[in-house]
Amino acid sequence: MSRPRTSVATAIASETTKLLTTRLWWVLAVIMAGYVALCAGGIAAILGGLGSAASGPQIPEAQLPLLVYSFATSVGYVFPVLLGALAVTSEFRFQSLTPTFLAIPRRGLVLTGKLVTLLVAGAAFGAIALAASMGVGAGILAAVGVDPLLGEPEVWAFVGRSILAMALWSAIGVGLGTLVPSQVAAIVIVLAFTQFVEPLLRLGASFTDWSAQVAQYLPGSASDALVGSSIYTAMSGGTGLVWWQGGLVLAAYALVTTVIGFFTSWRRDVS
Amino acid sequence: MPTGVPLEFSGLSKRFGTVAAVSDLTLTVEPGQVTGFLGPNGAGKTTTLRMLLGLTRPTSGQATFGGTAYSALPSPLTTVGASLEAASFHPGRSARNHLAVYARAAGLPKTAPDAALERVGLSAYANRRVGGYSLGMRQRLGLAFALLGDPGVLVLDEPINGLDPEGIKWIRLLLRGMAAEGRTVLISSHLLSEVQQTVDEVVIISHGSLVHRGELSSLDVSDSKQVQVNADDRDRLAEVIRSAGYEVSSLRSGVLVENAEAGEIGRLAFEAGIPLTALSQKRTGLEESFLTLVGEEGAL
Repeated sequence: MSRPRTSVATAIASETTKLLTTRLWWVLAVIMAGYVALCAGGIAAILGGLGSAASGPQIPEAQLPLLVYSFATSVGYVFPVLLGALAVTSEFRFQSLTPTFLAIPRRGLVLTGKLVTLLVAGAAFGAIALAASMGVGAGILAAVGVDPLLGEPEVWAFVGRSILAMALWSAIGVGLGTLVPSQVAAIVIVLAFTQFVEPLLRLGASFTDWSAQVAQYLPGSASDALVGSSIYTAMSGGTGLVWWQGGLVLAAYALVTTVIGFFTSWRRDVS
Repeated sequence: MPTGVPLEFSGLSKRFGTVAAVSDLTLTVEPGQVTGFLGPNGAGKTTTLRMLLGLTRPTSGQATFGGTAYSALPSPLTTVGASLEAASFHPGRSARNHLAVYARAAGLPKTAPDAALERVGLSAYANRRVGGYSLGMRQRLGLAFALLGDPGVLVLDEPINGLDPEGIKWIRLLLRGMAAEGRTVLISSHLLSEVQQTVDEVVIISHGSLVHRGELSSLDVSDSKQVQVNADDRDRLAEVIRSAGYEVSSLRSGVLVENAEAGEIGRLAFEAGIPLTALSQKRTGLEESFLTLVGEEGAL
Protein backbone atom coordinates (compact mmCIF):
# COMPACT_ATOMS: atom_id res chain seq x y z
CA MET A 1 0.00 0.00 0.00
CA SER A 2 1.37 3.38 -0.92
CA ARG A 3 1.51 5.71 2.04
CA PRO A 4 -1.14 8.37 1.97
CA ARG A 5 0.13 11.93 2.14
CA THR A 6 -1.41 14.98 3.65
CA SER A 7 -1.77 18.04 1.45
CA VAL A 8 -3.86 21.16 0.97
CA ALA A 9 -6.31 18.94 -0.92
CA THR A 10 -6.74 16.51 2.00
CA ALA A 11 -7.02 19.45 4.40
CA ILE A 12 -9.81 20.96 2.29
CA ALA A 13 -11.57 17.58 2.03
CA SER A 14 -11.39 17.20 5.81
CA GLU A 15 -12.63 20.73 6.53
CA THR A 16 -15.49 20.33 4.06
CA THR A 17 -16.53 17.11 5.81
CA LYS A 18 -16.34 18.91 9.17
CA LEU A 19 -18.59 21.69 7.93
CA LEU A 20 -21.21 19.46 6.34
CA THR A 21 -21.49 16.88 9.14
CA THR A 22 -22.94 19.13 11.83
CA ARG A 23 -26.22 21.04 11.75
CA LEU A 24 -24.64 24.49 12.01
CA TRP A 25 -24.41 25.32 8.30
CA TRP A 26 -27.99 24.61 7.35
CA VAL A 27 -29.44 26.13 10.51
CA LEU A 28 -27.57 29.36 9.73
CA ALA A 29 -28.51 29.13 6.04
CA VAL A 30 -32.22 28.70 6.80
CA ILE A 31 -32.28 31.62 9.25
CA MET A 32 -30.34 33.79 6.81
CA ALA A 33 -32.65 32.97 3.89
CA GLY A 34 -35.73 33.75 5.96
CA TYR A 35 -34.31 37.01 7.33
CA VAL A 36 -33.08 38.22 3.94
CA ALA A 37 -36.35 37.28 2.22
CA LEU A 38 -38.33 39.14 4.87
CA CYS A 39 -36.23 42.31 4.63
CA ALA A 40 -35.99 42.32 0.82
CA GLY A 41 -39.68 41.56 0.41
CA GLY A 42 -40.65 44.19 2.95
CA ILE A 43 -38.60 46.97 1.38
CA ALA A 44 -39.78 45.99 -2.12
CA ALA A 45 -43.39 46.23 -1.00
CA ILE A 46 -42.90 49.54 0.81
CA LEU A 47 -40.76 51.40 -1.76
CA GLY A 48 -42.30 49.80 -4.82
CA GLY A 49 -45.86 49.91 -3.58
CA LEU A 50 -45.86 53.45 -2.24
CA GLY A 51 -43.96 54.55 -5.32
CA SER A 52 -45.43 57.75 -6.74
CA ALA A 53 -47.94 58.17 -3.93
CA ALA A 54 -45.29 58.55 -1.23
CA SER A 55 -43.87 61.76 -0.04
CA GLY A 56 -40.29 61.83 1.26
CA PRO A 57 -37.11 60.68 -0.47
CA GLN A 58 -37.66 59.15 -3.87
CA ILE A 59 -35.48 56.33 -5.11
CA PRO A 60 -35.36 56.16 -8.90
CA GLU A 61 -37.25 53.15 -10.14
CA ALA A 62 -34.21 51.86 -12.03
CA GLN A 63 -32.19 51.67 -8.78
CA LEU A 64 -34.91 49.98 -6.78
CA PRO A 65 -34.28 46.33 -7.84
CA LEU A 66 -30.58 46.40 -6.91
CA LEU A 67 -31.39 48.05 -3.61
CA VAL A 68 -33.87 45.30 -2.83
CA TYR A 69 -31.57 42.49 -3.97
CA SER A 70 -28.64 43.91 -1.99
CA PHE A 71 -30.34 42.94 1.26
CA ALA A 72 -28.66 39.57 0.59
CA THR A 73 -25.39 41.17 1.70
CA SER A 74 -26.42 44.25 3.69
CA VAL A 75 -28.34 42.18 6.26
CA GLY A 76 -27.15 38.68 5.31
CA TYR A 77 -23.41 39.18 5.72
CA VAL A 78 -23.45 38.43 9.45
CA PHE A 79 -24.28 34.77 8.71
CA PRO A 80 -21.12 33.83 6.77
CA VAL A 81 -19.11 35.70 9.43
CA LEU A 82 -20.74 33.55 12.13
CA LEU A 83 -20.20 30.41 10.06
CA GLY A 84 -16.50 31.14 9.65
CA ALA A 85 -15.98 32.19 13.27
CA LEU A 86 -17.85 29.16 14.66
CA ALA A 87 -15.94 26.80 12.35
CA VAL A 88 -12.78 27.90 14.16
CA THR A 89 -14.00 28.48 17.72
CA SER A 90 -15.82 25.14 17.91
CA GLU A 91 -12.45 23.45 17.36
CA PHE A 92 -11.13 25.18 20.46
CA ARG A 93 -14.34 24.62 22.40
CA PHE A 94 -14.57 20.88 21.74
CA GLN A 95 -10.79 20.35 21.77
CA SER A 96 -10.99 18.86 18.31
CA LEU A 97 -7.74 20.57 17.35
CA THR A 98 -6.02 17.59 18.96
CA PRO A 99 -7.19 14.98 16.40
CA THR A 100 -6.98 17.61 13.67
CA PHE A 101 -3.29 18.32 14.32
CA LEU A 102 -2.60 14.62 14.83
CA ALA A 103 -3.93 13.97 11.33
CA ILE A 104 -2.15 16.99 9.81
CA PRO A 105 0.69 18.23 12.04
CA ARG A 106 1.49 21.11 9.68
CA ARG A 107 -0.84 23.66 11.21
CA GLY A 108 -0.52 26.23 8.45
CA LEU A 109 -1.85 23.61 6.05
CA VAL A 110 -4.87 23.02 8.27
CA LEU A 111 -5.65 26.74 8.52
CA THR A 112 -5.23 27.17 4.76
CA GLY A 113 -7.64 24.30 4.20
CA LYS A 114 -10.14 25.89 6.56
CA LEU A 115 -9.83 29.28 4.90
CA VAL A 116 -10.36 27.89 1.39
CA THR A 117 -13.28 25.74 2.56
CA LEU A 118 -14.98 28.66 4.29
CA LEU A 119 -14.44 30.93 1.26
CA VAL A 120 -16.37 28.42 -0.82
CA ALA A 121 -18.99 28.00 1.90
CA GLY A 122 -19.36 31.80 2.13
CA ALA A 123 -19.88 31.96 -1.64
CA ALA A 124 -22.58 29.30 -1.29
CA PHE A 125 -24.20 31.33 1.47
CA GLY A 126 -24.05 34.31 -0.90
CA ALA A 127 -25.88 32.31 -3.58
CA ILE A 128 -28.55 31.24 -1.06
CA ALA A 129 -28.99 34.80 0.25
CA LEU A 130 -29.31 36.17 -3.31
CA ALA A 131 -31.83 33.47 -4.18
CA ALA A 132 -33.85 34.65 -1.18
CA SER A 133 -33.59 38.41 -1.85
CA MET A 134 -34.04 38.14 -5.61
CA GLY A 135 -36.68 35.42 -5.50
CA VAL A 136 -38.94 37.29 -3.12
CA GLY A 137 -37.86 40.80 -4.12
CA ALA A 138 -38.28 40.34 -7.89
CA GLY A 139 -41.66 38.70 -7.37
CA ILE A 140 -42.99 41.59 -5.31
CA LEU A 141 -41.47 44.26 -7.58
CA ALA A 142 -43.08 42.62 -10.60
CA ALA A 143 -46.37 42.42 -8.73
CA VAL A 144 -46.35 46.14 -7.95
CA GLY A 145 -45.36 47.01 -11.50
CA VAL A 146 -41.64 47.73 -11.17
CA ASP A 147 -39.34 46.09 -13.72
CA PRO A 148 -37.17 43.61 -11.74
CA LEU A 149 -34.39 44.02 -14.37
CA LEU A 150 -33.50 40.33 -14.26
CA GLY A 151 -32.27 40.43 -17.84
CA GLU A 152 -29.76 43.22 -17.22
CA PRO A 153 -26.03 42.35 -17.30
CA GLU A 154 -25.54 44.96 -14.59
CA VAL A 155 -27.70 42.91 -12.22
CA TRP A 156 -25.72 39.76 -12.87
CA ALA A 157 -22.41 41.58 -12.34
CA PHE A 158 -23.88 42.69 -9.02
CA VAL A 159 -24.74 39.04 -8.25
CA GLY A 160 -21.12 38.00 -8.88
CA ARG A 161 -19.73 40.80 -6.68
CA SER A 162 -22.22 39.94 -3.90
CA ILE A 163 -21.15 36.30 -3.90
CA LEU A 164 -17.50 37.40 -3.69
CA ALA A 165 -18.35 39.69 -0.76
CA MET A 166 -20.07 36.88 1.14
CA ALA A 167 -17.09 34.57 0.52
CA LEU A 168 -14.75 37.23 1.94
CA TRP A 169 -17.02 37.80 4.95
CA SER A 170 -16.78 34.10 5.75
CA ALA A 171 -12.99 34.32 5.57
CA ILE A 172 -13.09 37.31 7.93
CA GLY A 173 -15.05 35.06 10.30
CA VAL A 174 -12.22 32.52 10.17
CA GLY A 175 -9.72 35.26 10.97
CA LEU A 176 -11.84 36.53 13.85
CA GLY A 177 -12.20 32.99 15.23
CA THR A 178 -8.44 32.48 15.29
CA LEU A 179 -7.98 35.90 16.93
CA VAL A 180 -10.70 35.26 19.53
CA PRO A 181 -10.87 31.50 20.15
CA SER A 182 -13.52 31.84 22.84
CA GLN A 183 -16.79 30.94 21.16
CA VAL A 184 -19.01 33.14 23.30
CA ALA A 185 -16.69 36.12 22.93
CA ALA A 186 -16.49 35.65 19.16
CA ILE A 187 -20.29 35.51 18.78
CA VAL A 188 -20.74 38.59 20.96
CA ILE A 189 -18.12 40.50 18.96
CA VAL A 190 -19.68 39.54 15.62
CA LEU A 191 -23.18 40.54 16.66
CA ALA A 192 -22.18 43.69 18.52
CA PHE A 193 -19.89 44.93 15.76
CA THR A 194 -22.07 44.15 12.77
CA GLN A 195 -25.44 45.10 14.28
CA PHE A 196 -24.48 48.03 16.46
CA VAL A 197 -20.92 49.35 16.52
CA GLU A 198 -20.22 49.59 12.81
CA PRO A 199 -23.59 51.09 11.77
CA LEU A 200 -23.13 53.77 14.47
CA LEU A 201 -19.54 54.42 13.41
CA ARG A 202 -20.57 54.80 9.79
CA LEU A 203 -23.37 57.15 10.70
CA GLY A 204 -21.19 59.21 13.02
CA ALA A 205 -18.27 59.34 10.60
CA SER A 206 -20.42 60.73 7.80
CA PHE A 207 -20.66 64.12 9.54
CA THR A 208 -17.11 65.26 8.82
CA ASP A 209 -15.04 64.86 5.72
CA TRP A 210 -11.92 63.30 7.15
CA SER A 211 -13.81 60.79 9.31
CA ALA A 212 -15.85 59.80 6.27
CA GLN A 213 -12.56 59.18 4.48
CA VAL A 214 -11.49 56.81 7.25
CA ALA A 215 -14.89 55.18 7.57
CA GLN A 216 -14.88 53.98 3.99
CA TYR A 217 -12.28 51.45 5.10
CA LEU A 218 -14.62 49.94 7.69
CA PRO A 219 -15.45 46.38 6.61
CA GLY A 220 -19.15 47.09 6.14
CA SER A 221 -18.42 50.15 3.95
CA ALA A 222 -15.89 48.18 1.95
CA SER A 223 -18.46 45.43 1.46
CA ASP A 224 -21.06 47.94 0.23
CA ALA A 225 -18.48 49.39 -2.16
CA LEU A 226 -17.72 45.92 -3.50
CA VAL A 227 -21.40 45.04 -3.94
CA GLY A 228 -22.21 48.48 -5.31
CA SER A 229 -25.57 48.97 -3.69
CA SER A 230 -27.07 48.85 -0.22
CA ILE A 231 -29.63 50.53 1.95
CA TYR A 232 -26.79 52.46 3.65
CA THR A 233 -25.34 53.87 0.45
CA ALA A 234 -28.83 54.68 -0.79
CA MET A 235 -29.36 56.75 2.35
CA SER A 236 -25.95 58.41 2.58
CA GLY A 237 -25.09 58.83 -1.05
CA GLY A 238 -22.45 56.24 -1.87
CA THR A 239 -19.01 55.35 -0.62
CA GLY A 240 -15.70 56.56 -1.90
CA LEU A 241 -14.18 53.23 -2.84
CA VAL A 242 -14.68 51.58 -6.19
CA TRP A 243 -15.82 47.96 -6.18
CA TRP A 244 -12.43 46.28 -6.54
CA GLN A 245 -10.92 48.46 -3.84
CA GLY A 246 -13.71 47.40 -1.52
CA GLY A 247 -12.93 43.78 -2.35
CA LEU A 248 -9.24 44.28 -1.59
CA VAL A 249 -10.06 45.95 1.75
CA LEU A 250 -12.28 43.00 2.74
CA ALA A 251 -9.63 40.49 1.64
CA ALA A 252 -7.04 42.41 3.68
CA TYR A 253 -9.22 42.17 6.81
CA ALA A 254 -9.53 38.42 6.28
CA LEU A 255 -5.86 37.89 5.64
CA VAL A 256 -4.52 40.10 8.42
CA THR A 257 -6.81 38.65 11.12
CA THR A 258 -6.05 35.09 10.02
CA VAL A 259 -2.30 35.62 9.95
CA ILE A 260 -2.28 37.31 13.37
CA GLY A 261 -4.58 34.58 14.73
CA PHE A 262 -2.26 31.92 13.33
CA PHE A 263 0.57 33.26 15.47
CA THR A 264 -1.46 34.11 18.59
CA SER A 265 -3.71 31.06 18.98
CA TRP A 266 -3.34 28.52 16.20
CA ARG A 267 0.32 27.72 16.83
CA ARG A 268 0.00 27.59 20.60
CA ASP A 269 0.26 24.39 22.64
CA VAL A 270 -2.92 22.35 22.33
CA SER A 271 -4.36 21.09 25.57
CA MET B 1 1.91 -5.36 8.32
CA PRO B 2 3.00 -2.04 9.78
CA THR B 3 5.98 -2.42 12.06
CA GLY B 4 6.71 -0.43 15.14
CA VAL B 5 9.51 2.03 15.59
CA PRO B 6 11.11 2.86 18.94
CA LEU B 7 9.96 6.00 20.72
CA GLU B 8 13.00 8.00 21.74
CA PHE B 9 12.85 10.67 24.41
CA SER B 10 16.02 12.60 25.01
CA GLY B 11 16.38 15.29 27.63
CA LEU B 12 12.70 16.14 27.20
CA SER B 13 11.61 19.00 29.46
CA LYS B 14 8.61 21.26 29.74
CA ARG B 15 8.15 24.21 32.04
CA PHE B 16 4.88 26.05 32.56
CA GLY B 17 6.04 29.31 34.07
CA THR B 18 8.02 28.30 37.12
CA VAL B 19 6.52 24.81 37.30
CA ALA B 20 8.60 22.00 35.79
CA ALA B 21 5.95 19.67 34.37
CA VAL B 22 8.52 17.33 32.82
CA SER B 23 12.21 17.35 33.65
CA ASP B 24 14.96 15.91 31.50
CA LEU B 25 13.18 12.73 30.49
CA THR B 26 15.43 10.34 28.60
CA LEU B 27 14.29 6.86 27.64
CA THR B 28 13.50 4.56 24.75
CA VAL B 29 10.26 2.64 24.34
CA GLU B 30 10.82 -0.48 22.27
CA PRO B 31 8.49 -2.11 19.76
CA GLY B 32 7.10 -5.60 20.30
CA GLN B 33 5.87 -5.07 23.82
CA VAL B 34 3.32 -3.14 25.80
CA THR B 35 4.91 -0.41 27.88
CA GLY B 36 3.00 1.09 30.78
CA PHE B 37 3.66 4.78 31.38
CA LEU B 38 2.75 5.21 35.02
CA GLY B 39 2.59 7.96 37.55
CA PRO B 40 0.07 9.69 39.77
CA ASN B 41 -2.24 12.35 38.37
CA GLY B 42 -0.23 15.47 37.64
CA ALA B 43 3.06 13.61 37.27
CA GLY B 44 3.52 14.88 33.70
CA LYS B 45 2.32 11.86 31.71
CA THR B 46 -0.10 13.70 29.45
CA THR B 47 2.31 16.60 28.92
CA THR B 48 5.00 14.09 27.89
CA LEU B 49 2.65 12.39 25.42
CA ARG B 50 1.52 15.75 24.02
CA MET B 51 5.14 16.71 23.40
CA LEU B 52 5.75 13.33 21.74
CA LEU B 53 2.77 13.98 19.45
CA GLY B 54 3.80 17.50 18.50
CA LEU B 55 0.83 19.13 20.23
CA THR B 56 2.92 20.85 22.88
CA ARG B 57 6.33 22.34 22.27
CA PRO B 58 9.08 21.10 24.60
CA THR B 59 11.03 23.70 26.54
CA SER B 60 14.09 21.64 25.71
CA GLY B 61 14.99 18.20 24.46
CA GLN B 62 13.06 16.14 21.95
CA ALA B 63 10.87 13.13 21.44
CA THR B 64 10.95 11.21 18.17
CA PHE B 65 9.66 8.13 16.38
CA GLY B 66 12.85 6.33 15.42
CA GLY B 67 14.55 9.70 14.95
CA THR B 68 11.69 11.54 13.22
CA ALA B 69 9.67 14.18 15.06
CA TYR B 70 5.89 13.81 14.81
CA SER B 71 5.54 16.99 12.78
CA ALA B 72 8.03 15.64 10.22
CA LEU B 73 6.29 12.28 9.71
CA PRO B 74 5.24 12.03 6.05
CA SER B 75 2.14 10.04 6.92
CA PRO B 76 1.32 10.57 10.60
CA LEU B 77 -1.87 8.53 11.05
CA THR B 78 -0.46 5.43 9.33
CA THR B 79 2.69 5.66 11.47
CA VAL B 80 1.28 6.57 14.88
CA GLY B 81 -2.18 6.10 16.32
CA ALA B 82 -2.90 8.18 19.38
CA SER B 83 -5.77 8.72 21.72
CA LEU B 84 -5.54 11.36 24.42
CA GLU B 85 -7.58 11.61 27.55
CA ALA B 86 -9.46 14.76 26.65
CA ALA B 87 -12.75 14.08 24.88
CA SER B 88 -11.98 15.64 21.52
CA PHE B 89 -15.32 15.18 19.82
CA HIS B 90 -17.82 17.56 18.36
CA PRO B 91 -20.94 16.28 20.14
CA GLY B 92 -23.14 16.94 17.12
CA ARG B 93 -21.23 14.68 14.76
CA SER B 94 -21.81 10.95 14.36
CA ALA B 95 -18.99 8.52 15.10
CA ARG B 96 -18.66 7.59 11.43
CA ASN B 97 -18.47 11.23 10.35
CA HIS B 98 -16.06 12.03 13.19
CA LEU B 99 -13.66 9.42 11.86
CA ALA B 100 -14.33 10.39 8.22
CA VAL B 101 -13.13 13.94 8.97
CA TYR B 102 -9.70 12.66 10.00
CA ALA B 103 -9.51 9.82 7.48
CA ARG B 104 -9.93 12.45 4.73
CA ALA B 105 -7.33 14.70 6.33
CA ALA B 106 -4.84 11.84 6.29
CA GLY B 107 -5.81 10.71 2.80
CA LEU B 108 -6.90 7.28 4.04
CA PRO B 109 -9.24 5.00 2.06
CA LYS B 110 -12.98 5.70 2.40
CA THR B 111 -13.42 2.33 4.10
CA ALA B 112 -11.11 3.24 7.00
CA PRO B 113 -13.76 4.72 9.38
CA ASP B 114 -16.09 1.72 9.19
CA ALA B 115 -13.17 -0.70 9.55
CA ALA B 116 -11.98 1.11 12.68
CA LEU B 117 -15.50 1.21 14.19
CA GLU B 118 -15.80 -2.51 13.49
CA ARG B 119 -12.56 -3.20 15.34
CA VAL B 120 -13.69 -1.42 18.49
CA GLY B 121 -17.21 -2.84 18.40
CA LEU B 122 -19.05 0.42 17.67
CA SER B 123 -20.47 -0.47 14.25
CA ALA B 124 -24.02 -0.59 15.61
CA TYR B 125 -23.67 3.00 16.87
CA ALA B 126 -21.83 4.46 13.86
CA ASN B 127 -24.59 6.93 12.97
CA ARG B 128 -25.43 8.02 16.48
CA ARG B 129 -24.29 11.48 17.48
CA VAL B 130 -21.26 11.32 19.75
CA GLY B 131 -22.85 13.68 22.29
CA GLY B 132 -25.04 10.76 23.39
CA TYR B 133 -22.16 8.34 23.91
CA SER B 134 -21.27 6.89 27.30
CA LEU B 135 -17.74 7.27 28.70
CA GLY B 136 -16.92 3.70 27.67
CA MET B 137 -18.14 4.30 24.12
CA ARG B 138 -16.08 7.50 23.91
CA GLN B 139 -13.03 5.52 24.98
CA ARG B 140 -13.71 3.04 22.21
CA LEU B 141 -14.19 5.85 19.70
CA GLY B 142 -10.89 7.36 20.81
CA LEU B 143 -9.29 4.00 20.20
CA ALA B 144 -10.99 3.75 16.79
CA PHE B 145 -9.35 7.09 15.90
CA ALA B 146 -5.98 5.67 16.97
CA LEU B 147 -6.51 2.55 14.83
CA LEU B 148 -7.78 4.51 11.81
CA GLY B 149 -4.54 4.31 9.83
CA ASP B 150 -3.53 0.82 11.03
CA PRO B 151 -0.37 2.32 12.56
CA GLY B 152 2.79 0.60 13.80
CA VAL B 153 2.85 2.70 16.95
CA LEU B 154 0.01 3.13 19.45
CA VAL B 155 0.13 5.89 22.07
CA LEU B 156 -2.87 5.82 24.39
CA ASP B 157 -3.49 8.10 27.36
CA GLU B 158 -5.51 6.34 30.07
CA PRO B 159 -7.21 3.98 27.60
CA ILE B 160 -8.72 1.77 30.29
CA ASN B 161 -10.36 4.58 32.25
CA GLY B 162 -14.13 4.24 31.99
CA LEU B 163 -14.23 0.78 30.44
CA ASP B 164 -16.36 -1.95 32.00
CA PRO B 165 -14.70 -5.24 33.04
CA GLU B 166 -15.53 -6.82 29.70
CA GLY B 167 -14.07 -3.82 27.90
CA ILE B 168 -10.89 -4.01 30.00
CA LYS B 169 -10.44 -7.65 29.06
CA TRP B 170 -11.07 -6.81 25.43
CA ILE B 171 -8.58 -3.93 25.24
CA ARG B 172 -5.98 -6.05 27.07
CA LEU B 173 -6.21 -8.74 24.38
CA LEU B 174 -6.18 -6.15 21.61
CA LEU B 175 -3.07 -4.35 22.90
CA ARG B 176 -1.20 -7.58 23.64
CA GLY B 177 -2.05 -8.81 20.15
CA MET B 178 -0.76 -5.61 18.56
CA ALA B 179 2.48 -5.79 20.54
CA ALA B 180 2.89 -9.42 19.51
CA GLU B 181 2.69 -8.29 15.88
CA GLY B 182 5.76 -6.15 16.49
CA ARG B 183 4.06 -2.80 17.04
CA THR B 184 5.09 -0.29 19.67
CA VAL B 185 2.41 0.12 22.32
CA LEU B 186 2.64 2.81 25.02
CA ILE B 187 -0.26 3.23 27.44
CA SER B 188 -0.45 5.60 30.36
CA SER B 189 -2.27 5.08 33.62
CA HIS B 190 -2.29 6.44 37.14
CA LEU B 191 -3.19 3.01 38.49
CA LEU B 192 -0.70 0.17 38.26
CA SER B 193 -3.38 -2.39 39.11
CA GLU B 194 -5.33 -1.22 36.06
CA VAL B 195 -2.57 -2.16 33.62
CA GLN B 196 -0.45 -4.72 35.41
CA GLN B 197 -1.99 -7.59 33.49
CA THR B 198 -1.44 -5.79 30.20
CA VAL B 199 2.08 -4.39 30.28
CA ASP B 200 5.49 -6.02 29.90
CA GLU B 201 7.54 -2.97 30.77
CA VAL B 202 6.89 -0.10 33.09
CA VAL B 203 8.11 3.48 32.97
CA ILE B 204 7.25 5.33 36.14
CA ILE B 205 7.42 9.10 36.50
CA SER B 206 6.74 11.29 39.46
CA HIS B 207 6.84 15.08 39.60
CA GLY B 208 7.97 15.10 35.98
CA SER B 209 11.03 12.91 36.47
CA LEU B 210 11.73 9.30 35.65
CA VAL B 211 11.82 7.27 38.88
CA HIS B 212 11.84 3.72 37.59
CA ARG B 213 11.89 1.74 34.42
CA GLY B 214 12.19 -1.96 33.76
CA GLU B 215 10.18 -5.13 33.43
CA LEU B 216 7.00 -5.34 35.42
CA SER B 217 8.55 -8.00 37.68
CA SER B 218 11.31 -5.58 38.63
CA LEU B 219 8.75 -3.77 40.74
CA ASP B 220 8.29 -6.85 42.94
CA VAL B 221 11.25 -5.97 45.11
CA SER B 222 9.71 -6.54 48.50
CA ASP B 223 12.13 -7.92 51.07
CA SER B 224 9.78 -7.96 54.00
CA LYS B 225 7.81 -11.15 53.66
CA GLN B 226 5.05 -11.98 56.03
CA VAL B 227 3.20 -15.20 56.72
CA GLN B 228 -0.29 -15.32 58.10
CA VAL B 229 -1.02 -18.54 59.97
CA ASN B 230 -3.76 -19.84 62.25
CA ALA B 231 -4.62 -22.90 64.32
CA ASP B 232 -7.24 -23.84 66.90
CA ASP B 233 -4.59 -23.65 69.62
CA ARG B 234 -3.33 -20.28 68.60
CA ASP B 235 -1.28 -19.55 71.74
CA ARG B 236 0.76 -22.72 71.39
CA LEU B 237 1.32 -22.04 67.71
CA ALA B 238 2.65 -18.57 68.48
CA GLU B 239 4.88 -20.03 71.19
CA VAL B 240 6.38 -22.61 68.81
CA ILE B 241 7.07 -20.08 66.09
CA ARG B 242 8.53 -17.55 68.52
CA SER B 243 10.86 -20.12 69.97
CA ALA B 244 12.15 -20.80 66.44
CA GLY B 245 13.39 -17.18 66.42
CA TYR B 246 10.63 -15.41 64.47
CA GLU B 247 8.95 -12.17 65.35
CA VAL B 248 5.28 -12.90 65.93
CA SER B 249 2.31 -10.63 66.33
CA SER B 250 -1.32 -11.41 66.97
CA LEU B 251 -4.03 -10.79 64.44
CA ARG B 252 -7.79 -11.00 64.81
CA SER B 253 -7.79 -14.22 62.81
CA GLY B 254 -4.46 -15.82 63.55
CA VAL B 255 -0.81 -14.96 63.86
CA LEU B 256 1.41 -12.79 61.67
CA VAL B 257 5.01 -13.90 61.28
CA GLU B 258 7.58 -11.42 60.00
CA ASN B 259 10.30 -12.32 57.51
CA ALA B 260 9.22 -15.88 57.00
CA GLU B 261 8.39 -18.34 54.25
CA ALA B 262 5.07 -20.16 54.41
CA GLY B 263 6.78 -23.51 53.87
CA GLU B 264 9.07 -23.08 56.87
CA ILE B 265 6.21 -22.05 59.19
CA GLY B 266 4.16 -25.02 57.98
CA ARG B 267 7.04 -27.36 58.77
CA LEU B 268 7.44 -25.94 62.29
CA ALA B 269 3.76 -26.48 63.00
CA PHE B 270 3.84 -29.98 61.56
CA GLU B 271 6.84 -30.98 63.70
CA ALA B 272 5.12 -29.60 66.78
CA GLY B 273 1.99 -31.55 65.88
CA ILE B 274 -0.25 -28.51 65.57
CA PRO B 275 -3.01 -28.83 62.92
CA LEU B 276 -3.18 -25.56 60.95
CA THR B 277 -6.45 -23.97 59.89
CA ALA B 278 -4.83 -21.34 57.67
CA LEU B 279 -1.43 -20.65 56.16
CA SER B 280 -0.63 -17.98 53.57
CA GLN B 281 2.28 -15.91 52.35
CA LYS B 282 1.70 -12.15 52.29
CA ARG B 283 3.85 -10.14 49.96
CA THR B 284 4.25 -6.43 49.65
CA GLY B 285 2.51 -6.12 46.29
CA LEU B 286 3.46 -4.36 43.08
CA GLU B 287 1.04 -1.63 43.97
CA GLU B 288 2.85 -0.94 47.21
CA SER B 289 6.23 -0.78 45.48
CA PHE B 290 4.67 1.56 42.95
CA LEU B 291 3.28 3.80 45.65
CA THR B 292 6.64 3.86 47.39
CA LEU B 293 8.28 4.93 44.12
CA VAL B 294 5.90 7.75 43.40
CA GLY B 295 5.40 8.79 47.00
CA GLU B 296 6.69 11.93 48.60
CA GLU B 297 10.17 10.40 48.74
CA GLY B 298 10.24 10.67 44.96
CA ALA B 299 13.29 9.06 43.39
CA LEU B 300 14.72 5.72 44.46
